[in-house]
Amino acid sequence: MTAINRTLRHQVITIYKELLYLGREYPLGYDYYRTRLHKAFASQQHLTDEKKIKEGIERAEYVKKEIEALYYLKRYRALRQRYDKV
Amino acid sequence: MSGLRVLVPIKRVIDYAVKPRVNRAQTAVETANVKHSMNPFDELSIEEAIRLRERKVPIQEIVAFSAGPTKSQDILRTAMAMGADRSIHVVVEEKDPQLEPLGVAKLLKKVVEEQKSDLVILGKQSIDDDASQTGQMLAGLLGWPQATQASKVDISDKTVTVTKEVDGGVETVKANLPMIITTDLRLNEPRYASLPNIMKAKKKPLEKKTLKDYGLDEQPRLKTVKVTEPPPRKGGVKVDDVDGMISKLKELGAL
Repeated sequence: MTAINRTLRHQVITIYKELLYLGREYPLGYDYYRTRLHKAFASQQHLTDEKKIKEGIERAEYVKKEIEALYYLKRYRALRQRYDKV
Repeated sequence: MSGLRVLVPIKRVIDYAVKPRVNRAQTAVETANVKHSMNPFDELSIEEAIRLRERKVPIQEIVAFSAGPTKSQDILRTAMAMGADRSIHVVVEEKDPQLEPLGVAKLLKKVVEEQKSDLVILGKQSIDDDASQTGQMLAGLLGWPQATQASKVDISDKTVTVTKEVDGGVETVKANLPMIITTDLRLNEPRYASLPNIMKAKKKPLEKKTLKDYGLDEQPRLKTVKVTEPPPRKGGVKVDDVDGMISKLKELGAL
């Protein structure tokens, strides 16, 4: 395995772990989230091209941001409903 | 001017997404085996402290503070993962007499004096007791200016300008440091404490203290008489005609 491959592999595993961690609070449950996340990563495991893998990591980063935003909005709306609506 | 010393008191509460259940004796809300997290309004205060620093306001230190059971350490770790530099934990076990807003304010006064803080940013209220008193009482005890329900904070040199949310609009106030600020919902969007940051936060210092270290022995002044769930919403009724409606309204005492 070349050096570049190893760093990419490390990056993929890191983002996978971060996404898994985010899933603990997923509204539809961790099991729902985990199986889907696993499938999404497994479906890309055939990628060998460096550029393609980098694109995949970028997409994972994007999804991570989306999930964080989802959590923020969910909480913001709940609090607004409780404290702000007169 | 040396940097500001910011104190951010936070509270561990039942998670906002959990429906609270009243215990059988109707004396309190069930807290055992219920998911807890940081009070959402306190997340806003931590975030605001970090954002002030990111906006190049000279901040020497951001200290997170919490009083509560051992598990409160988790939320202090979260606060440090978000960006607080260190934290202080005053251990108040669940079997001990619980602190009331006045007790917390007295404790915070001691902490402010000990830490020589210049700015205290609190959540406007906690989502469990909804007392919305601690910040105001602390300002009173310290004799500091306060800005409650902040939706925008600006600091230039020693002057703080805060936009507050009030009924039907906003109010802008200006005061000199030191100062107390309590946060409202629209102040900012708290960042997510990511996994690597939580790992890094484990290395940040967390000081454990007790009420006795601050020379306090607070006994509760309030007695909880009864805790009940709100009555379930009753469904509406259909009326056949105008007369029916009028009689219904009269029945309800609306006419």
